[in-house]
Amino acid sequence: MGIETENKEIENSIRDVAKKLFNENQVDVVIGYSQGTVPLSSTPIIIRKEEDVDKLVWNNLCYINLARYLAPSMPQLCDSEGNPLRIGIVAKGCVGRAINLLAVEKQVNLDNIKMIGINCNGNVNRSKIDMEIGEKEILDVTISGNDIIVKGKDWEKKFPYEKYINELCKVCQIKSPSATAEVCFGECQELESVHDEFTDIADFESKSTVEKWAYIKDTLEICTLCYSCRQACPMCYCNLCFVDQNAPIWFNKTNQFTDILVFHLVRAMHLAGRCVECGACSSVCPVGIDLNFINRKLEKIVKERFDFTAGLNAETLPPMMDFKMEDEEEFMLEED
Amino acid sequence: MTETVLEEKKVDEKWEPKIIAFLCNWCSYAGADLAGVSRIQYPPNIRIVRVPCSGRVNPYFILKSLTDGWDGVVVSGCHPGDCHYISGNLVARRRFAILKELLEFFGIEPGRVNFMWASAAEGERFATLVKKATKIVKELGPNTKFQKEW
Repeated sequence: MGIETENKEIENSIRDVAKKLFNENQVDVVIGYSQGTVPLSSTPIIIRKEEDVDKLVWNNLCYINLARYLAPSMPQLCDSEGNPLRIGIVAKGCVGRAINLLAVEKQVNLDNIKMIGINCNGNVNRSKIDMEIGEKEILDVTISGNDIIVKGKDWEKKFPYEKYINELCKVCQIKSPSATAEVCFGECQELESVHDEFTDIADFESKSTVEKWAYIKDTLEICTLCYSCRQACPMCYCNLCFVDQNAPIWFNKTNQFTDILVFHLVRAMHLAGRCVECGACSSVCPVGIDLNFINRKLEKIVKERFDFTAGLNAETLPPMMDFKMEDEEEFMLEED
Repeated sequence: MTETVLEEKKVDEKWEPKIIAFLCNWCSYAGADLAGVSRIQYPPNIRIVRVPCSGRVNPYFILKSLTDGWDGVVVSGCHPGDCHYISGNLVARRRFAILKELLEFFGIEPGRVNFMWASAAEGERFATLVKKATKIVKELGPNTKFQKEW
């Protein structure tokens, strides 16, 4: 079965469930993906009427994490009196994880939310394709069979899907949301725990300090501190982000590598035990920095130290909101 | 040329690290005080900042200290279970664990940031641990990775 037919099936199931939810008057709005206005992208859409349901699409370019629109609450998703509307949301695995975690952190009320669960078949790594095409203008992108066909003015290029799939989607084990049937319609599952080897991260960890530093410096140096990663992240909902704080100024907004480093370290610290591995941050990065390897490392630390995977259910507290007397403390300085 | 190399070496031998220490008010600060009044010698490299609890130490503080040019950071609090605010140091411990692993992952020497427990009665222990931390940072050399280029 080609990727094209899979997409079609998922798209149909999204539309069916959305129609059903509207018919039964279970939701006021549905948040989903629609055809993007520029090639190689998709655009989030808020659907308010049943007639518009056919605008919902699914292709392998739906990299935005829709849970971003749930917290903090937006005026578009509230009624005239400011009460939150009942929301249906197209949920691939990572969107489901983000919603669960937002519920634990009391940012959303699960009573108001109906997930339209799908069995995600992965996303395309956009920057990898962009990089190969270079500066030529893309006019059209279609998916046929197992290939992504990118067309320009007088050229056409085929990208086999297996090769250009997002690195995170390759190792992803939570393809459909982990939620109960009351919250999730369509595809869903109830996961207790997941098993991940983290081989990619273990490889990097075995390198020497010098090599690691060289790699980090090489990768992050091109960061322009545009904060797109923060904007796209479903878990970054602070009223005042530390980068916007100007008393005290935690880091200077310069192109000094120190400042870039501090931004990425603090971003990582804030997402420790909260990152849901959706890869939205890497997908929106204008300079194509792969932040996933930092996020995967976070996932690995939390899994190994606290045996926690973010967003598997809406009850377990994330490790940074919790503590135990018997936590490991091998890193503390001790007398010889 | 040989002269400049020698000059640099001389500077290197004389070089002493500057370490910022965040000590909790209830245990470690009193421990440092006890070390002082008991005339226990410890390296003068540390400059102490008193904080209400080790749980008050935000990773921002540590990273800001490093970008501001400190060669090392020491954070010290009450032993687990002895926290004046009952669980502040336990919350902090998880934070430190992640920060330390992240720094290592980023290729920054983890020895620049040291965490320790020292109670108000452990002046001796405080001095020993500070000596140890100073030795670690001294071996790592000046903090160049966080140094600004201009």
